[in-house]
Amino acid sequence: MNILRTSRVALRALGRNKMRSFLTALGIIIGVGAVISMVSIGEGAKRGVEDRFASMGTNLLFVSPGSRSSHGVHSGSGGFNTLKPEDATAIETQCDAVKYTSPSASTRAQVVYGNKNWSTSIQGTGAMYPEVRNWELDQGTYFDEGHVRTAAKVCVLGSEVKKSLFEGEDAIGKIIRVKAIPFRVIGVFKSKGESGGWFNRDDMMTVPYTTVMKRLTGQEYISSIDISAVSSARTKEAQTQIEELMRVRHKIAPGAEDDFQVRNMSEIAEGAAQATQIMTILLGSIASISLLVGGIGIMNIMLVSVTERIREIGIRMAVGARQKDILLQFLTEAIVLSVLGGLIGVFFGIGLSKILHYIKIFSEFKTTVSPSSIIMAFAFSASVGIFFGFYPARKASRLDPIEALRYE
Amino acid sequence: MSTPAIQIDDLTKVYKVGETAVHALRGISYKVESGEFLAIMGPSGSGKSTLMNIIGCLDRPTTGQYLLEGEEVSTFDRDKLARIRNQKIGFVFQTFNLLPRTSALENAELPLLYSSHINSKQRRELALKALESVGLKDRAHHKTNQLSGGEQQRIAIARALLNSPSLILADEPTGNLDTKTSAEIMEIFTRLNEDKKITLVMVTHEPDIACYAKKRIYMRDGKIIREEKGREGCEDQAR
Repeated sequence: MNILRTSRVALRALGRNKMRSFLTALGIIIGVGAVISMVSIGEGAKRGVEDRFASMGTNLLFVSPGSRSSHGVHSGSGGFNTLKPEDATAIETQCDAVKYTSPSASTRAQVVYGNKNWSTSIQGTGAMYPEVRNWELDQGTYFDEGHVRTAAKVCVLGSEVKKSLFEGEDAIGKIIRVKAIPFRVIGVFKSKGESGGWFNRDDMMTVPYTTVMKRLTGQEYISSIDISAVSSARTKEAQTQIEELMRVRHKIAPGAEDDFQVRNMSEIAEGAAQATQIMTILLGSIASISLLVGGIGIMNIMLVSVTERIREIGIRMAVGARQKDILLQFLTEAIVLSVLGGLIGVFFGIGLSKILHYIKIFSEFKTTVSPSSIIMAFAFSASVGIFFGFYPARKASRLDPIEALRYE
Repeated sequence: MSTPAIQIDDLTKVYKVGETAVHALRGISYKVESGEFLAIMGPSGSGKSTLMNIIGCLDRPTTGQYLLEGEEVSTFDRDKLARIRNQKIGFVFQTFNLLPRTSALENAELPLLYSSHINSKQRRELALKALESVGLKDRAHHKTNQLSGGEQQRIAIARALLNSPSLILADEPTGNLDTKTSAEIMEIFTRLNEDKKITLVMVTHEPDIACYAKKRIYMRDGKIIREEKGREGCEDQAR
């Protein structure tokens, strides 16, 4: 018997018991669908994180206080923080691979305008912050070095803060209050189109970092320095220059541990992508379990089917079916079940991830159906059919023709 | 004279049932010429079914020789026996043994599924022709469970005929049928034997059915005890 003929016989046999065949295939349909949609969630999250980091710029570097100082036993620097605004100035003037720096000091506070209020993150930054982060203003202007020097009470609003406080009203020139201190709005950031999430860049406002230090928190140190390298290609070089400079400035002896940390955006992006990759693998493997369970369902039904059809097997053997023919027939039935189930499951999975995309239950990111996950799920389902179909098929082929013919 | 259809020499078959050995056949030698119509009779446990299974290449003898059309088949493995069954032997059973929920046509063409050289169109034609020869062409697309016992048995005969076998083995072919239908089935067998010269071996325990055969052998305790030819012993059977 050739493959075509065998598959036709198998299809006919499955057609004789449609409901059962469908229910058996359902296990595979759900399994494949689950793998594809779960992986699409993971892939979507990964791509979303990658895109977000890419939009932040790959020439971005951060200097933050090192872990040693956070133990609070560091002699001479007094407390947790070791970064000073002068470090930022020094980096900008002395490292030639660095373009701009912006010291950063942040806090969280309730922001009040009229009878409206909004709790948001207040980022103290340098005047070059929009250039460093590659952010654009929608209205107004950013504060300049003068504002920074005088710790001016000016602010630039993120689009969501602006919307919450002013709605349609023009915000430029208005006075808002932060911790009872009046701030004049001089600019509004362009929306980055984000909602919710871990680090929403629309739900924040910026003020000069000096203002945060002197008027809002009273801290003497800055929490980090945002730095942009002259180009993405020179990011590594910039990192080395900054590290060398900082060791000199902080008087760190050769071999001693740094009291600061320099990280670049691509490192951070890599870490985040790795985290979402782990999520993808986790989701995928949990979904694979359902595929495995579906396979066991196939084996179960095939075993029942073999027992039910012992007589049929006897008849087929009597008219000349060889062991191989019987093995192939039942194996094909199992494979047809799992392949058809797999095919339907692929469409089911794609549909499911489209729906998840629209209702955004699991993630704010788009779901992405990757061809590799389709191929993988489909190949896996087919091999599940072969694997779990083989035992029942072999059992069928080993029946004794005489006993099979007499079986009641 | 041509090669005998069946030639068996000193055939024995021993089954192991738990610890005890059951001697189903105790040295049987017999010869069936091509074109003969033989009935095997005997009480249950006499070994007639075992003999049929061996003749039908469903089973192998413990010792002895079995030549089917001159070919020594007693040493063949399972797959070779399957090939022989497919090419040379047609089976008709007491319980018809048709595939349930399957059309008459599909049932009839079953043997051809396992012989590789025929395409599906030829297969259909041959199956229809076989069904026609047993008078069931108009029932070709009926499912087997919608048909009467006599019709089912005729489908089984059509199936047995499909590979144009040289030998048809019938195991109690009328055991589940009424007298009238039994007669119809036996008419078909007689016709096949006389017109197409197909060798027929039939197991039965009904004397009137056995009398359709031209030769009868009687078995008891794994041995052939008597042979009758022609109308011998059938004088009181209506025909």
